[in-house]
Amino acid sequence: MDKQLYTILIYSENVVGILNLVTAVFTRLQVNIESLNVSPSGIPNVHKYTVTIFSDDEQQVKKLVKQIEKKVDVIKADYYLDSEIFTSEVALFKISTPIVMAHPEISRLIRHTDSRMLEVNETYISVHVCSSSKIIIELYKALARFKCILQYTRSGCVAITRGKEEKVSAFLKEHQNAQLRFMEEGINNDEA
Amino acid sequence: MESLKAQGVQTIFGYPGGSIMPVYDALYDYTRGEKKAFDHILVRHEQGAIHAAQGFARVSGAVGTVIVTSGPGVANTLTGVADAMIDSTPVVVIAGQVGVGVLGSDAFQELDLITVAQPICKWVYQIRRPEDIPWAVSKAYYLAKSGRPGPVVLDFPKNAQVSKCDYMPSTVNFVRSYIASPLPKDDAMREAAALLNSAQKPLALVGQGVELGGAQEELKTFLEKADIPAGRTMLGLSALPSNHPLNVGMLGMHGNLAPNLKQQEADVVIAIGMRFSDRVTGNLNTYLKQAKVIHLDIDNAEIDKNVKTDVAIVADCKEALPMLTALVHKADHKAWRDSFAPLNEREQSRVIEKAIHPQSGPLLMGEVVNAVAEATQGMGVTVTDVGQNQLFATRYSRYHTPRSIITSGGLGTMGYGLPAAIGATFAEKERPVCVFLGDGGLQMVIQELGTIMEYHCPVKIVLMNNNFLGNVRQWQNMFFQKRYAFTHMLNPDYAQICAGYGIAYERVTDRNDLPAAVERMLAAKGAYFLETVIMEEDDVMPMTPPGASVNDMMLEKEANNG
Ligand SMILES: Cc1ncc(C[n+]2csc(CCOP(=O)(O)OP(=O)(O)O)c2C)c(N)n1
Repeated sequence: MDKQLYTILIYSENVVGILNLVTAVFTRLQVNIESLNVSPSGIPNVHKYTVTIFSDDEQQVKKLVKQIEKKVDVIKADYYLDSEIFTSEVALFKISTPIVMAHPEISRLIRHTDSRMLEVNETYISVHVCSSSKIIIELYKALARFKCILQYTRSGCVAITRGKEEKVSAFLKEHQNAQLRFMEEGINNDEA
Repeated sequence: MESLKAQGVQTIFGYPGGSIMPVYDALYDYTRGEKKAFDHILVRHEQGAIHAAQGFARVSGAVGTVIVTSGPGVANTLTGVADAMIDSTPVVVIAGQVGVGVLGSDAFQELDLITVAQPICKWVYQIRRPEDIPWAVSKAYYLAKSGRPGPVVLDFPKNAQVSKCDYMPSTVNFVRSYIASPLPKDDAMREAAALLNSAQKPLALVGQGVELGGAQEELKTFLEKADIPAGRTMLGLSALPSNHPLNVGMLGMHGNLAPNLKQQEADVVIAIGMRFSDRVTGNLNTYLKQAKVIHLDIDNAEIDKNVKTDVAIVADCKEALPMLTALVHKADHKAWRDSFAPLNEREQSRVIEKAIHPQSGPLLMGEVVNAVAEATQGMGVTVTDVGQNQLFATRYSRYHTPRSIITSGGLGTMGYGLPAAIGATFAEKERPVCVFLGDGGLQMVIQELGTIMEYHCPVKIVLMNNNFLGNVRQWQNMFFQKRYAFTHMLNPDYAQICAGYGIAYERVTDRNDLPAAVERMLAAKGAYFLETVIMEEDDVMPMTPPGASVNDMMLEKEANNG
């Protein structure tokens, strides 16, 4: 079966050592991380991880997500297919100016993507590309054929979901409310 | 100290050292005089402290507490931390650490505890400031005990131990990223009840979750109403009394024949607070393929981990079982229940009789365990080490009260038994605590006889000495052409060792002397060391060979002629 790209979104408390904790689950389940991005999320003190993996076993991906979510400081973990999310990725290329001058197709390839030049001099041109992982990989392969790449790096994918509900905020709210109800019941019981 | 007191801690198992000295200095006051709040038990090795805390927690249901120093001190507890993780035992380990200022400098006895402990505990936290102590301690106990219990490690740098701040009590009973017990979902309950109500051959697989949730009565009511026979896992043995009519025996590699084979015939299987360990399932490709599977567990990550379920109920069984009881119809599955009998008879005549009532030859482990079970009437606490001793002890003990089996299931930690039994005696004052040990496992922690001596722990030690690492020898015999590589072991003179520790000692070689010796052991006031001289090359049967299907459980060592 063909491998499928899964994007895993993880929300956690911002505490010491949590990145280790999360990546250890991938190691243990023998899942290779394709890309990983961590940043603060829109919720105060909550960090968001975007992890992409290739897998041909959805059950395994489910297991992985459950084991991550089981960690005390992880608030929520879910996996998505490309159709369920908006994604984006940044790549930086440093390419050789003399080779670009010799092959005009190179500039055409670059202009075809969502890109801009950061610096141009007689030795190199640095290019910023913002696109999907797929297009970035294709561009890389195309440029590599000209042997013009001096340096190349990618940011890792970031993603937001398409759904109309905000699962994480809803989860936090629901959990907090349940606790409040529980505490009120406790107080009422004490009085009774 | 005040934070520990606030958690209701009474017994601490520990061992001091450089980077935990300020805590020990405070313990000096809190263990005597008018400030006395705790008993501190000085073990002889930190592994002893954690296993003792585990034994304490298993028998009482309360959180076990361990205090040790940094570096080698806490490293010595890690086997037990991993053991507590896989067996869901609530313990809190408070470990000293070098001061925050020198963390990362390879300071004396520095160990990167957060990183080391992370994958083997439920939660680890470094307390860097004294003002964090009350909530961190409270959160530690809350997490250890709630939901699926487990070990929590507190890494406590020295500077936070010595700097002063006012004690501000703090109670943590909510963590926003963590749901202790999810509420059972109505539709799942209804689907589960519908399956059970349509079942002709229902079977329950009962695990330690029932004990951890304190749901033994709820389980009984549920099983009785729907008339469902139940097999128990090794850790769930005392979740249902041995003599309950619906109890059909122990699951697992060396469990009973009937539940192992009949689960492959059941049309609906409900797993309650158990995790489908490979020791229970055997080869997954042939396991429960014919059955609809309902899985009730508090840990969502257990659902579909090993066995694909048809209905999942993620909840505390204490809450979910009564709801399920209300939804299931009163049923009578007599024909199905009766169909277990022939298998039981087969096992009884071909295995059990020979194991517990042998007519000749050297003593066998089965008869030793049986003699103790008869003497205690199943009212004792059975503690085991790991190996043949464990399999015989769990098979032939009887369990009439909850929380009466303490054994290392998931990790299979040799050396667990003796300190776990020590810990159990601090929580259990009524029932006798009997620990069954092999000569290998005893010697891994033999220094804890010193703890027994010092604190007069009334541990009833039953050494089943076969001069072998018996369980490994059995595998060598069965699967490695009897090539006994380093499993024969020379033993010391235990009479002299016990004399040194001042522990009453008796040795039995003749089966006619066994019952009286067991009586003497149980009647003795304090600790007692009963060495039984066991046949060297006996095997635990029945057995599902590793990797095989549970269908292929063997009664005798040779081919399955079933
Ligand atoms: C710490 C540890 N080391 C090794 C093992 C592997 N092991 C499992 S059973 C066993 C033999 C135990 O021998 P003994 O304690 O004499 O008990 P018996 O099987 O003879 O009852 C060994 C070595 C283990 N489970 N734990």
